[in-house]
Amino acid sequence: MRGGNSSAKVFLLHIAVIGILFALNFILPEYHHGVLARVMVLSVVAMGYNMLFGYAGLLSLGHAMFFAAGLYGAGLTAYHFGWAMPAAFAAGLVSGAVLSLAIGLLALRTTGVAFMIVTMMFAQVCYLLTFYFSEWTRGDDGLVLGQETRRLFIGDFYLDLTHPATRYMAALALFSVVLLITLFIVRSAHGRVLVAIRENEERTKMLGYDTFANKLVAVVVSGVICASAGAAYALLFGYVGSSFASVQYSILPLLWVLLGGAATTLGPFVGALFMYYVVDITSSYTSAYLLIVGVALILLVLYFPKGILGTIRERWIRWLP
Amino acid sequence: MTPLLTTRDLRKNYGGLRAVDGVDFTLLPGEIHAIIGPNGAGKTTFVSLVCGRVMPSSGTIIFDGDDITDLPAYRRVRQGIAYTFQITSVFAHLSAYDNVALPMQRTLTDGRSRAKLHAGVMNALERTGLAGRANSLAGTLSYGHQRLLEVAMGLALKPRLLILDEPTQGLSDGEIAGFMDLVREIAQDATVLLIEHNMQVVMGLADRITVMNAGRILAEGTPADIRANDEVQRAYLGTEPA
Ligand SMILES: Nc1ncnc2c1ncn2[C@@H]1O[C@H](COP(=O)(O)OP(=O)(O)O)[C@@H](O)[C@H]1O
Ligand SMILES: [Mg+2]
Repeated sequence: MRGGNSSAKVFLLHIAVIGILFALNFILPEYHHGVLARVMVLSVVAMGYNMLFGYAGLLSLGHAMFFAAGLYGAGLTAYHFGWAMPAAFAAGLVSGAVLSLAIGLLALRTTGVAFMIVTMMFAQVCYLLTFYFSEWTRGDDGLVLGQETRRLFIGDFYLDLTHPATRYMAALALFSVVLLITLFIVRSAHGRVLVAIRENEERTKMLGYDTFANKLVAVVVSGVICASAGAAYALLFGYVGSSFASVQYSILPLLWVLLGGAATTLGPFVGALFMYYVVDITSSYTSAYLLIVGVALILLVLYFPKGILGTIRERWIRWLP
Repeated sequence: MTPLLTTRDLRKNYGGLRAVDGVDFTLLPGEIHAIIGPNGAGKTTFVSLVCGRVMPSSGTIIFDGDDITDLPAYRRVRQGIAYTFQITSVFAHLSAYDNVALPMQRTLTDGRSRAKLHAGVMNALERTGLAGRANSLAGTLSYGHQRLLEVAMGLALKPRLLILDEPTQGLSDGEIAGFMDLVREIAQDATVLLIEHNMQVVMGLADRITVMNAGRILAEGTPADIRANDEVQRAYLGTEPA
């Protein structure tokens, strides 16, 4: 590890990022304000994905199921049982924890390409389940959570999460908590073990580590983080539909992380933000925007194989976590 | 004295090849025990069976009175068996410091204290002469330094049994002398099982020597016994050590 000096720098950097995002709430024009709130929630998915892929080196192609677990865990309980927001959010987290524990126990018997395929297949099963239970989920049409279910009561007073500034602050709160948690984890003893597993699992075992247990913890932490984003998405944006469980939402976090920089704490946010705007801007000019996005990705992988922040860390700012 | 390690009729077959072929072996606590033998004799395979990196085809391994034959490698490490790899396998993309911090952080009883971890890591790096390289990426170290880093990682595990697989390979003469001092120091509170080709190192360090050939034990004894053993002379010492 490095000295206390860079510890302070690292902490200040993360606080500064959170501070800037806070200030932007008051500055940004309405459209970009809305975009940023959404991107903050989506980048929480990317941060969860990064824990597993970036740090532990496990490439999953099924993380949509964890996002969906949170989305449906919160959405269904709020919609059908009228659960209040904190309870619905907690239901989302618990769904994510249970699902990721089960998936981890099964999928971690495999590695490499087999792990990719197994996670993808489980995610596909989850996707199909959202249609199988369409009596409850209404499948592709989905459920729309009304304004009255998206109020957070504190005594008699309540926060209305359909209000843009409140929604923005709620997204920022989730983003900040998850960012600081990931920062803490990657700098902890467990984080160092995850990196060691990524670099050489056999060697890590010979240092006395139960690598299976460490990977299982990583899967659950990653799954719960993604579920928290799903639960927040349902409650903040009020829509719960099958498309969020589709393979697209398994691939996107991978792209965001690759773009922003795998195994960097801020890379997932940078990647999600960058990609959102690339799609947004190109799609306003041409219907072939996916082609442009594809080309942009190829160029990035060619010239910045470690992603934006990964490259910056390699060339300039070595202390970046 | 009750042995620290005993193997009974230990075997490992690779297809038709008997890499380890019925080895009965005893290691006494506190000794420096060398295993010598020509290339392909089965030395690495034998110690891999002991540390759990490779599972035996048959036979038993007893460590400190417990049957550990079926124990996974990481549990054996926790019981105090540390293995340093013959083929250097440090974490190339991590700093030398982090390479040592990994085993060190697990053996710290209070776990969390960064100051304790730091002190322990720097101590292991100093003992192996690598303190000045703490922040270098392990992959950029010279081959000799990577071998020493392997030893530092082994030390950080605070082992009761430290297995060194050809640790002096690729070291300069000066480094070898320093290394021999280090092994003597380690042996004051750990048992050392040393696979070594350099006969000067073996004769200078070992309390007892086991000679392996073709997966079997050919001879066992003090350095003087081994030097005087005709069979060993013919099979191994007479030929150029590979
Ligand atoms: N994983 C393996 N698969 C097949 N054969 C192996 C394997 N490991 C070692 N061997 C063979 O077992 C024999 C003993 O090898 P080894 O234990 O490395 O010898 P030493 O360390 O004494 O040079 C050699 O013939 C080697 O080729
Ligand atoms: Mg060998």
